[in-house]
Amino acid sequence: MAEKKPCEWEEDIFKALKKAGVSQVPYVPDAGHSHLIRLVHDDPEMSPIVLTTEEEGIASSCGAWLGGKKSVLLMQSSGVGNCVNMLSLITNCNFPFVTIVSMRGEYGEFNSWQVPMARATQTSFEMMGIEVMRCNEAEEVGSTVDAAIFAAFASDQKIAILLSQQLIGRKEW
Amino acid sequence: MPDQVTIDRREAVEHLLKNRGDMLVVCGLGSSTYDVFAAGDHHANFYLWGAMGGAIMIGLGLAIAEPNRQVMVITGDGEALMGLGSFASAAAQKPNNLSIVILDNEHFGETGMQKSHTSHGVDLAGVATGCGFNSSQTIYDYDALNAFARLRNKLNGPRLAVIKITTKNPPRALPKVDGIYIKTRLRQWLGHQPC
Repeated sequence: MAEKKPCEWEEDIFKALKKAGVSQVPYVPDAGHSHLIRLVHDDPEMSPIVLTTEEEGIASSCGAWLGGKKSVLLMQSSGVGNCVNMLSLITNCNFPFVTIVSMRGEYGEFNSWQVPMARATQTSFEMMGIEVMRCNEAEEVGSTVDAAIFAAFASDQKIAILLSQQLIGRKEW
Repeated sequence: MPDQVTIDRREAVEHLLKNRGDMLVVCGLGSSTYDVFAAGDHHANFYLWGAMGGAIMIGLGLAIAEPNRQVMVITGDGEALMGLGSFASAAAQKPNNLSIVILDNEHFGETGMQKSHTSHGVDLAGVATGCGFNSSQTIYDYDALNAFARLRNKLNGPRLAVIKITTKNPPRALPKVDGIYIKTRLRQWLGHQPC
């Protein structure tokens, strides 16, 4: 499969993580996050944590914060439904939380199996008390991630940032 | 494998936590949380009342955040089975300060003692071995249990022990259910201030 070309907004996310001192980055891979995941792996101060399922990253992020470290979870929209019960850990204990979600199934999607969860992504977060921010333009990604990380770790807010499929680009088949 | 299981869950946890030093403990919902509380409340305990399947990953995030301190996850067979993928995720990180203890009564104790997968032959220590844990064993007697507890201060993890326990259900011992309190006091004990 052809490698996706690195995008500047992925570098912007990485810069925002570095600026805030995020040290743990759990992820279930997605093509939309592939360059960012590589940057995290190349950084000796960061611990990339590959997961078998997305809710593991919610639990590990809470563990990181118990130990005073900042964690940001990366996933794609299809994994959001896996997280619902584990998000109760965030709300019950008032943990800070940031996840960056690459959207599939919402814009020119060939694989219709991605569509139901894409439609339910925002609702799934909101029904569990997680605020949703959405990025449609490359220019807003860096500042949105920066703002979300600040709000989360300065005042225990819980935020999911959705990167729209229009921004990421349609998957080529 | 002996015919008869003799280890009592409360005694097992008491042995594991005696002279625990500054070890951090994450315990899975239900009986494991009651056992850890019954062994003596401690600011370095993170009691779970929910988030089933998450105990090992909370321990992993904490172990990576606190590499110079021992972290022990104490949970049951049902809780561990719900987070089976986390055996792989934890092993892949190779945290040398992480120990996982599974109190295995082969039943779902909180919900009416239905048989769990381990009573049908699922070998959780075998899963951990397959995932690449540095050491993994099933414990049937107090000698082996105490030998495992003595390894506590060694940085040679990740380690996993399945402790076969009787199905005896001791009276509940209930820690505070307020998650914010439990989180904040552990963080403060480690020197991290609230927002």
